[in-house]
Amino acid sequence: DASLAEANSFSPSMPTSPSSMINQYKFEEEPELRDLFITVDDPESHITAIETFITYRVVTKTSRSEFDSSEYEVRRRYQDFLWLKSKLEEAHPTLIIPPLPEKFIMKGMVERFNDEFIETRRKALHKFLNRIADHPTLTFNEDFKIFLTAQAWELSSHKKQGPGLLSRMGQTVRAVASSVRGGVKNRPEMFTEMNDYMETFSQKINVLDKIAHRIYKEEREYFNEMKEYGPIHTLWSASEEDIADSLKGVASCIDKCCKATEKRMAGLSENLLPIIHEYVLYSEILMGVLKRRDLIQGELDSKVDALASKRAEKDAITEEIGKLEDKVECANNALKADWERWKQNMQYDMRSAFTNVAENNLHYYEE
Amino acid sequence: MEDCLSKKIEITVSEAEKRTGRNAMNMQETYTAYLIETRAVESQNEGQCSPVDSLWRRYSEFELLRNYLLVTFPHIVVPPLPEKRADFVWHKLSADNMDPDFVERRRIGLENFLLRVASHPVLCQDNIFYSFLTQEGGWKEMVNETGFQLKADSRLKALNATFRVKNPDKRFTELKHYSDELQSVISHLLRVRARVADRLYGVYKVHGNYGRVFSEWSAIEKEMGDGLQSAGHHMDVYAASIDDILEEEEHYADQLKEYLFYAEALRAVCRKHELMQYDLEMAAQDLTSKKQQCEELATGTVRTFSLKGMTSKLFGQENPEQREAKIKVLEEQIQEGEEQLKSKNLEGRDFVKSAWADIERFKEQKNHDLKEALISYAVMQISMCKKGIQVWTNAKECFSKM
Repeated sequence: DASLAEANSFSPSMPTSPSSMINQYKFEEEPELRDLFITVDDPESHITAIETFITYRVVTKTSRSEFDSSEYEVRRRYQDFLWLKSKLEEAHPTLIIPPLPEKFIMKGMVERFNDEFIETRRKALHKFLNRIADHPTLTFNEDFKIFLTAQAWELSSHKKQGPGLLSRMGQTVRAVASSVRGGVKNRPEMFTEMNDYMETFSQKINVLDKIAHRIYKEEREYFNEMKEYGPIHTLWSASEEDIADSLKGVASCIDKCCKATEKRMAGLSENLLPIIHEYVLYSEILMGVLKRRDLIQGELDSKVDALASKRAEKDAITEEIGKLEDKVECANNALKADWERWKQNMQYDMRSAFTNVAENNLHYYEE
Repeated sequence: MEDCLSKKIEITVSEAEKRTGRNAMNMQETYTAYLIETRAVESQNEGQCSPVDSLWRRYSEFELLRNYLLVTFPHIVVPPLPEKRADFVWHKLSADNMDPDFVERRRIGLENFLLRVASHPVLCQDNIFYSFLTQEGGWKEMVNETGFQLKADSRLKALNATFRVKNPDKRFTELKHYSDELQSVISHLLRVRARVADRLYGVYKVHGNYGRVFSEWSAIEKEMGDGLQSAGHHMDVYAASIDDILEEEEHYADQLKEYLFYAEALRAVCRKHELMQYDLEMAAQDLTSKKQQCEELATGTVRTFSLKGMTSKLFGQENPEQREAKIKVLEEQIQEGEEQLKSKNLEGRDFVKSAWADIERFKEQKNHDLKEALISYAVMQISMCKKGIQVWTNAKECFSKM
């Protein structure tokens, strides 16, 4: 059972104390010890009879022995990323798979592929692959390797193997259904806490998303009005003699303030907004992960119930139960470990994003 | 500086009070009355506390005073009153005349008006002004008795003169252009400033939303909780700080508004000059045509086409006696006309001289005041940035502890 084998790379026998986690975390952060470097760039438009789509260049550099070469360059489209994500979810139902940028932009879609949209997407895809590379388990996933290395035709033939889209959808549908059926009876308290946390976190992060966007909008409107404010003083200075210099001085200061405001806005849109957005997506992902864990546990619980009523097939069922118990335990541990890792990352991301905002504001006022 | 009233007495408009009364049409109305307090300066130097005289006046009485000054001293740039209705408002400010903030700013504006008049070398010596400050009852009657309304030039006459005058003093024409430009640029500036203030208010206030969310979020976090909570507090402080900042800016706006209205006063002086110049030109023209008529009658030659000439040709010439009588009348008129022209010329020259002296005084005052206003605006902006630096330094510390 391939999925179990990989989950075992973080098996319960390994000490999972917080300090060893932090060591693991630090290990991933130090660039010299990284052995997989990925970049996503160079978007290109492709026009066929049926459709228009964009491909991105994915460059991989690695020193790992499992890779035949040390450098790879492939072209991938958004669909391919979607495929990778669903394969990872399938293989590791209770690991936190990083978010992908959304399929479409909700509002104001004039052109499906305007430059800003493509650039934002490219950055997000780059982050996606790198987060997978940094993940202690996901980085060794086989589909991930194929994604990074296979030529276009190799990838499409590989995609055709394995369970189709419908079965994967079915898994999630079953997960939702089982949670609708009144939750899991024997859910360990830890995961109930996680669930409660995620519900609140999800609410708050969505509100934060709205607030951050609102601030950006207000700053933009402020900038637009300020653009008109400076030139009026210059115009006035033309009618004056004595105070002309003072007026021109004020005009140039206002223009400087304008530029500073632009910088401040750029800081928001490049840093805080994308990160908050990522975590909005993360909160959805996490709710999904928790549901899948519940589903796995649900399988165990239903078999336990079945055991109670079918004594004849006791042995067979007991064996199944044994396997399922392992499965549940692994799933739980995988989630636990990944959860801790996620929280650390989230804390780090939020801290640096907001500190960055504060610094930008400081620079703005200093200027 | 001459001995201005402002050096002898201290003037303040210290209070404003809502009143109800009956107006001219016997309908009930609400208005605001302002308390004017005056106190002699000299006795203060001797360490004695001199008594304060006070009386109440309403805005319409200030208007009456100013109209009187405008008519009585047409060569003076008369200080303007604060605006009658709230203009250039942005969303937080109320356009309501009864709004306490508006009343407060108006109180300051009225005090400023009185101080300006009291420190003007010419205006401060006027009796009506002095009585405005000191005599509560019967002042209105006193003003009306001066009959100043009759001396006022009609708007129509002034407009007519503006279009038809041929040789106004170039300096006044330039001054008129300047006052038009000043008025247009300041009102544009005030309008944009109001919009900028509105937007700035929005930016600050939205940050306040962070405070609440951070606080709620901190409840579910263990390590991040403290940092989030205290950062949220700083966001609240940041959001609240904009109220004081913008209130101070309103005072700056009021200073600019004063000069917006001063532009109107400048134009009034120019209009008066145009009127006098036009009068002069009309009088000179009249004199010239009478002289010509006289000459024609005397010599019998008709140099210019005239209806009279045509009718006399058609209906016969006049006899010598009639002509003599006409010439005599004309000669009298001509003499009168020449005297009038002389005095009008003198008047005109005096006006230009004294008006220009006051305009120079005004220019100096304007440059000084505007420079100071711009400096204080810059100081306000610096202080706003310093506050911003403080808040965000604190917030940064909280964030880094998350």
